[in-house]
Amino acid sequence: MNQNGFHRFLRQRSVLPGFGLTLGMTVAYLGVMVLLPFAALIGFLTTGTEGWSALREPRVWAAIRLSLGGALIAASIDAVLGLLTAWVLVRYRFPGRRLLDALVDLPFALPTAVSGIALTTLFAPNGWLGGLLHHFGVQVAFTQLGILVALVFIGVPFVVRAVQPAIEDLDPECEEAAISLGAGRWTTFRRVIFPALWPSVLTGFAMAFARAVGEYGSVIFIAGNMPNRTEIAPLLIVIKLEQYDYHSAAVIATVMLLASLGVLLAVGVLQNWSQPWQKAATA
Amino acid sequence: MASFECTKSDLQNISSSDGKAKTDSPSGGVIYRARPASWSWTSFLLTGLVVVFLGTFLVLPLIVVFAEAFRQGGRVYLAAISDPEALMAMRLTLLVALSVLVLNTVFGLAAAWCLGKFRFAGRQIITALIDLPISVSPVVVGLLLVLVHGRHGWLGGFLESHGLRIIFATPGIVLATAFVTLPLVARELIPMMEAQGTEQEEAARLLGANGWQVFFYVTLPNIRWALLYGVVLCTARAMGEFGAVSVVSGHIRGLTTTLPLHVEILYNEYRFSAAFAVASLLTLIGLVSLVAKTLLQRIARQRTAPRHRIA
Repeated sequence: MNQNGFHRFLRQRSVLPGFGLTLGMTVAYLGVMVLLPFAALIGFLTTGTEGWSALREPRVWAAIRLSLGGALIAASIDAVLGLLTAWVLVRYRFPGRRLLDALVDLPFALPTAVSGIALTTLFAPNGWLGGLLHHFGVQVAFTQLGILVALVFIGVPFVVRAVQPAIEDLDPECEEAAISLGAGRWTTFRRVIFPALWPSVLTGFAMAFARAVGEYGSVIFIAGNMPNRTEIAPLLIVIKLEQYDYHSAAVIATVMLLASLGVLLAVGVLQNWSQPWQKAATA
Repeated sequence: MASFECTKSDLQNISSSDGKAKTDSPSGGVIYRARPASWSWTSFLLTGLVVVFLGTFLVLPLIVVFAEAFRQGGRVYLAAISDPEALMAMRLTLLVALSVLVLNTVFGLAAAWCLGKFRFAGRQIITALIDLPISVSPVVVGLLLVLVHGRHGWLGGFLESHGLRIIFATPGIVLATAFVTLPLVARELIPMMEAQGTEQEEAARLLGANGWQVFFYVTLPNIRWALLYGVVLCTARAMGEFGAVSVVSGHIRGLTTTLPLHVEILYNEYRFSAAFAVASLLTLIGLVSLVAKTLLQRIARQRTAPRHRIA
């Protein structure tokens, strides 16, 4: 096939230059940076079978359960608190609102190691909040509760930033119509507001979950890292790597990857299936 | 959950009862735009909840960093950040961030040009691949790189026999950081290039401009703010990356420790003030990226607002 014909097959004609060059650069970079490592993982998993027995180790199983369960709970808390935060930031006007709005991105902007040591110091038994909670017999740092705190922290912005535009797009007239037709506040929220917001809440939930499953830096300081109790799956990967047990590390990593990609995919499918009119509107 | 109405008087309730909110605005000007309703306690409760939640989870950790950093005074702080190992870590962090920035900016521009200005088969696959690194755990990124470039990895043996060491050396740190920050510039540029369309570039071409002239005189001025934001975001994230770098660095002191790893080492040695002093530098970088985001969003809004009116 001559070059012109090949180009015409690939794309529509354009007078703009540089398609071949930029596409080549993009594909080459993605190939080396992304495809090659994943190909190596798949190749590694298919060459040996001893790694899969790692899943039967109680310590590995406990870490995976802790990471997936913790991420699920944290993302659910983020979904509720994020929706609330987004609503207040969009709909209410109060002093300091812009500052709080800008600070929502802090968990993105702060290096995870810094978040980790700051949260640990804050929630340690002699810390500002930890000391207060200690009086009530609650220990946060170095327990599973501490892991949850760190995971909620890093997941908040995903939900808030996903839901904010959806709330801005809400037409207050719909709520007014519902109220004038006699709907109570709870009914208005349940039947008018929430149906319009839940796809974006779900997107934020899935992103918070995917991030929380693999989170490392902000968790390891506050977790205490006791095997079987407060040892998260990413830490176990690091430990297995230090023992040159690449097969177990690869298997744990695969379980984590499948979990986060599975949730992201499921949410995407759910939205496509439930919102056909939205797809038509954006197409 | 209760309902979400509020009135002007509710919010004045908030600003008069919540001391923190009041100090923010002495004039107490409260505007509410949605609609009039009753139930003053609902909005009070919701706003209070959010202020307490964000205050506990976002503001307090920020204060803790600086309070702990200066707990033992300015001299300890200065000693911690001018320590030779800290300076080595700073140098490595800057070197890594700069390399990653060059890689990901060139990639971002190339990807945005071919994805934003052309329609072709396989576009969605490339977009999905660009987004993929966001949902991969940093530790898994490190593991993947070890599997490729480690001593027993696919390329590791070949590269090592040619005297090129990647894992437990600077190239590995660059690769890990570049993977984690790969989408940041591209994702800012692609929607921007797409929204600009191709008419201006086509006009420039018809007037006789060559490809580079089109890019530098027509495209680049249109995307410069998005590019700047992507660059700021990428730099800040590159300097703060911890998990992926931690796996591939090997923690060789003064050689392969970046600033976040240096923070970890100091913290695990119970040198808390020094750890938080170095952490405060990283926090400042993060805060700069937040301010940059806020400013650039404002610029973007001002620039796009009149254009919408014409259209």
